[in-house]
Amino acid sequence: MASMRDIKRRIKSVSSTQQITKAMNLVASSKLNRAKARFNDTKPFFSATQRVIGNVVKGSKGVSSIFMRESEGKKTLVVVVTGDRGLCGGYNSNVCKTGMEIISKKADACVIAVGNKAREFFRHKNVKIAEAYRDVSEKPSYSEAYTIGQKIIDMYEKGEADEVYFVYTEFITTLTNEPKAIKLLPLDPEDFKGDDSEPHSSTLTIYEPDEEAVLDYVIPKYINTVLFGGMVESAVCELSSRMTAMDSATENASEMIEHLNLVYNRVRQGAITQEITEIVSGSNALE
Amino acid sequence: MANKLSLKIITPTRNMFEGEVDMVVMRTKSGDVGILHGHQPMVTILDYGVLTIKNDGEDRQAAVLGGFAEISSEGMSVLTDAAEWSNEIDVVRAEQAKERAEARLKTVQANIDVQRAELSLKRALVRLSLGGRK
Repeated sequence: MASMRDIKRRIKSVSSTQQITKAMNLVASSKLNRAKARFNDTKPFFSATQRVIGNVVKGSKGVSSIFMRESEGKKTLVVVVTGDRGLCGGYNSNVCKTGMEIISKKADACVIAVGNKAREFFRHKNVKIAEAYRDVSEKPSYSEAYTIGQKIIDMYEKGEADEVYFVYTEFITTLTNEPKAIKLLPLDPEDFKGDDSEPHSSTLTIYEPDEEAVLDYVIPKYINTVLFGGMVESAVCELSSRMTAMDSATENASEMIEHLNLVYNRVRQGAITQEITEIVSGSNALE
Repeated sequence: MANKLSLKIITPTRNMFEGEVDMVVMRTKSGDVGILHGHQPMVTILDYGVLTIKNDGEDRQAAVLGGFAEISSEGMSVLTDAAEWSNEIDVVRAEQAKERAEARLKTVQANIDVQRAELSLKRALVRLSLGGRK
């Protein structure tokens, strides 16, 4: 049995760990509230952009854009969004696994890693990394999404990639979030036809300067918006899973301390009993 | 005035404006365009420029830095990467950006730098044109 001093030391170390996890939990939950507010602010822009593209695509039959050409799926680019730091449950590894699933099906694939954890994961798996970004995960800004979007479009236009997937984490509730993969490029017109509820007089719509110019302008914007939306959503997920992970860590630490206290008391009791027995037997021997 | 145009200005990070207005004047790629209630559906690309909202005889101006506008039967939405009301513009910062861009244009280097400098000069000029006359 461990000595009293060892157990005491153990309790001390667990409770200082608990203090850290508790603090991280609090920090994550206050950051989460802010991230959630940002997430709600980005939604209207995203849905409005999607609607405009939908209208343009629907209203303009036979408009060709390089962003809509058929792809052979030979050179795949996967954009994976993770956090920079760990200690947030399965958040990072879940996204990376989803990304890996796509990559393993493709012959030639490379990765744009957003967040330190994605870079480490794919470097370990020997996947080619086209570009890695860090220090963006917790508070993504639109200009960062713009830089990444620009890089994607650049690679797509140069033919270094002929299809692009985007893997991020979808926020469902604070306790559940799920990794999600969407196809970013080439754009599938079918994707936009579904959200058509009202009949549109789109044939009458004027496009300035013309339909193709509008599409070529709006689609990169759309990609940036999707990236930005996904990054903001992932940030919310990272913080919420860190919060839940730290919450359960704090709880586990409490349980552990409780158990250790029990053992400590038992050992202490044992020591006292032993001492009494020794004294009694000692005095008995003197008589 | 019964016939008003419902206008939304949305940037990636905030809903800048939402409401009924008399008229919107904006800078598109092909020049200034004024939009009234009941305009034909239109999608247009915006240039860097000043957007003026006219409502009940009052003007409200914002610097709009690119983006596009969609006009449908329900109203008009302006989607832009960045936009600022005239009172939000940081004149000092815009002034510095202008000087920086001008300095960079004088020392011509690679092609891409010139483009970027020209764009940031344009942005700074739009901001200054509004911020100066607050």
